Amino acid sequence: MNRSDRQTILKVDHLCKVYQMGEFVVNALHDVSVALHAGELAVILGASGSGKSTLLNIMGGLDTPSSGEIFYQAENLSNVSERQLTNFRRNHVGFVFQFYNLIPSLTARENVALVTDIAPDAMQPEEALELVGLSERINHFPSQLSGGEQQRVAIARAIAKRPQILLCDEPTGALDATTGKLVLSVIEKVNSNTGTATAIITHNAAIGSMGDTVFKMSSGEIVETIHNEHRADLSSISW
Amino acid sequence: MRALNKKLFRELWHLKMQILSIALVVATGIMSVITMRGTYESLVLAQEAYYAKARFADLWAPLVRAPLSLIEKIEEIPGIEQLDSRVTLLATLDLEGLDMPAQGRFVSVPESGRPILNDINIREGRYLSLGATDEVIISEKFALARELQPGNSVRVVINGRSRELDIVGIANSPEHSYAVPPGSLFPEDERYGVFWMGRETLSAAFDMDGAFNELVAILTPEANSQAVMRSIDDLLEPYGGLGSYLREDQLSHQILENELTENRIMGTIIPAIFIGVAVFLLHLVLGRLITTQRGEIAVLKAFGYSNIEVGRHFLMFAVVAALLGTLIGSIGGYFLGKGMISIYIQYFDIPDLEYRLSFSLLFMAFLVSFLGACSGAISAVKRAVSLPPAEAMRPETPARFTPGPFERLGLGKLLSPSGRMILRNTERKPIQAMLSSIGVAMSLAILLVGMFMFDSINYMMDLQFRRIQREDITLTFKEMVPESARYDLAHIDGVTRVETYHTGAARLRAGQRQEEIAVQGLEPQGKLRRIINANGDEVPVPTSGIILSSLLAERLGVQNGDSIQIEWLQGRRKKNGIKVAGIIDDFIGISAFMSKAALRANSGESPVISGAFLNVDSLQQASVYAELKEIPAIAGVASPETMLTSFEEELAESILVSAGFLVGFASIIAFGVIYNGARISLSERGRELASLRVLGFHRREVAVLLLGEQALVTLLAIPVGYVLGYGISSLIASSIKTDAYRIPFIADTQTYIIATTIVILAAIVSAWAVRRRLDHIDLIAVLKTRE
Repeated sequence: MNRSDRQTILKVDHLCKVYQMGEFVVNALHDVSVALHAGELAVILGASGSGKSTLLNIMGGLDTPSSGEIFYQAENLSNVSERQLTNFRRNHVGFVFQFYNLIPSLTARENVALVTDIAPDAMQPEEALELVGLSERINHFPSQLSGGEQQRVAIARAIAKRPQILLCDEPTGALDATTGKLVLSVIEKVNSNTGTATAIITHNAAIGSMGDTVFKMSSGEIVETIHNEHRADLSSISW
Repeated sequence: MRALNKKLFRELWHLKMQILSIALVVATGIMSVITMRGTYESLVLAQEAYYAKARFADLWAPLVRAPLSLIEKIEEIPGIEQLDSRVTLLATLDLEGLDMPAQGRFVSVPESGRPILNDINIREGRYLSLGATDEVIISEKFALARELQPGNSVRVVINGRSRELDIVGIANSPEHSYAVPPGSLFPEDERYGVFWMGRETLSAAFDMDGAFNELVAILTPEANSQAVMRSIDDLLEPYGGLGSYLREDQLSHQILENELTENRIMGTIIPAIFIGVAVFLLHLVLGRLITTQRGEIAVLKAFGYSNIEVGRHFLMFAVVAALLGTLIGSIGGYFLGKGMISIYIQYFDIPDLEYRLSFSLLFMAFLVSFLGACSGAISAVKRAVSLPPAEAMRPETPARFTPGPFERLGLGKLLSPSGRMILRNTERKPIQAMLSSIGVAMSLAILLVGMFMFDSINYMMDLQFRRIQREDITLTFKEMVPESARYDLAHIDGVTRVETYHTGAARLRAGQRQEEIAVQGLEPQGKLRRIINANGDEVPVPTSGIILSSLLAERLGVQNGDSIQIEWLQGRRKKNGIKVAGIIDDFIGISAFMSKAALRANSGESPVISGAFLNVDSLQQASVYAELKEIPAIAGVASPETMLTSFEEELAESILVSAGFLVGFASIIAFGVIYNGARISLSERGRELASLRVLGFHRREVAVLLLGEQALVTLLAIPVGYVLGYGISSLIASSIKTDAYRIPFIADTQTYIIATTIVILAAIVSAWAVRRRLDHIDLIAVLKTRE
């Protein structure tokens, strides 16, 4: 299916984000427009300080733009309340963080259940953990899991609610290359199997080839947008 | 300024609420020391100064009448340093607007010069002028209650003759700082006062020319007081000696001493609890606070700061909290102490009684809290500096969790993931949770201790005035009257029931031990005055033998069924054996009861009575009082109801003050523990909680996770608090054991409910304060970096 035929899930238009840092004004984002479609795997590529995390935070409803608009399907999220943003995250967005952010006092299954308990139409925690290949370790606590395993629990936790959008912030940043690739393959598998619109933030250019679309960012602007005809196979990527 | 100091100031400012809440707990400790111990020290100082100035006697010896020539003989008794004789008698006062009869205790003072012993302290007006026969000095409390001033006059009935006396001065005396009318238990200043009159005038009016009816003496430091008393009693016996007694048995002194004893005990136990809690809290909070700064400590050490510099830096948090607490506590304690003393001034006529803050006390309090703060902080600082910098800087591995005992029992399934998080967090750090619980439990215990005291006093008063003293009027005669007087009393219109009693002063002996006591002879089937034990059960008046208060029995070392010696100190002064027919636990005074008949048989006295208990038709109360006023033989008229009312009024005031005090203190402690617990949890787990917010948890849901732990801690604290409160209260109740009263330990259910509610409210307020912080947690910042 052609990319433009797919339904637009999330769209940001002419986003600007300005921080006041003492006497200085920092333009974290400047006139950024991005759309994320159903089933699409997008990679947002940029060096640190390029504004990619700010963009992801706004897309995920963690932050609000200084100007510009953000749409979830037809709904304008630009000026909604804190409570509505929480509901947006709760029902439609899955997050994966660089440092996993698992709850140490809960087992793998319970970390997932934490989300499935509050989301409508969620998977069983076991099902989500099976998707990431961790059926064997569902009763382990985070302290008993390796970094890659912890990140896969985090992915399971993110997808268990069947989100429309999956946002991954440097998911491989804290992992070695082999484990990182395993984690990326899980994200790709989820994306192909569930059709969840997925955005991966990374500073690692090699990862770009696995996406349908690559947005290159620099100094708060999108400097280049690349549409890959075919996603590269993960085994061919190396860093 | 050095960078490290800047860091200190900024962080102190950042942690201002936490530092303040710790400082407040320290302040409560300091405040309680400064207030309670300071009050005690001020009272003792004022008492000593007062006694010295008045040359307060060591010994009193009342008698019926002896010629002045006897004095020379008594002065020869070894051990007497100074001796003075005087005339003292009760007379009826004729006061307007008063139903109940009023009395004056008349005490003779020299016309020229001041009394050698038990001098009076003139507060207003002047001393008597030489040769004036109608001048009188009255006691200050009475003057205040009756709004009398020098220049006013007062009508009194002396020996059946009404006389108008001119008030020239208003004074007080350590002998009468607590002036209780005959038959009553508490001062009733409206209708009882002390009147100092010239010796000549008073002797003439009471037919005491050339005679005296009381001796007072100061003993030499090395005197054997018991031997002196025996010699005096022997010499006075032919003159109707009523038994000499020492200062320790003098009413005003005894009441003041009891108050001081209670003050000393409370002033030791309560501040000990407060300081203990403060030290404990400092330990808990600073320990956790420093643990959260692990990374920073590593960085400082990596930069080359020594362990001592780092240690000193973190110790400063404790020092600042302790200093701030001491400052607040000293100021607060000073004003509270002043307040306490102003309450004591209402009870006791002690001149120059004022709150004095001793610097040694202040210094001690500061030292204790300072050392407590440092000891609390030092172990955490030690732990932190002992960590190699590299290890401290490494990102934390996830904390280890395993299912706790609760879940191993299979009960975990009952809980939601949130519930499990709360439970596991608590179970993972059981010591920390336990310590926090104990902190909250302490605050509950403090409340309970304070409130139990009032329950106990209420119980005691109810027992005394509603169940033991059921008469409407208690009558005391000036001297024994024939039993037949009861018929005259019964004939008064409005009197519905009359019971009479016969009191005999006696010395009880068991082996080497002896105690002097007024034995009460009661009617065996009496309805108005009964013998009631601590449980509120009636003990029938025995037909033979004697019933003793347990404290009296303890002092004599006797048990139920033992035989003791009884030596009557009046009338024929017979010595006999008597059997202990029962021992009762009672709260007020120490007593010995017999049946009237048994008392008369044992002492060999004729059927006479010392007084009567009356029931009166409430509508005719005024007319009964009016008629009783006309009977010259009556020395005192007391009404248990009036006594109870005046007591309850006084109690209500002190309840209000103390309750406010305790509620404030306990709330500060509960707040200090819970607020700090939640704040530290928030900084330890901010990342985790922010993650949940990102995952779509609402603020309320996240708050439940954080505050649920504090709720659990509070919940666990409640039973512990009950046990602690119970234990400390019974300890206090058992240590306050004086002749005037013992405190029963009574705990009302209502008290538990009120105390628990206050602690829970304090917990809710602290939760609310943290919740506000939690609502403003920065989601992005928390996720960006590892702390």
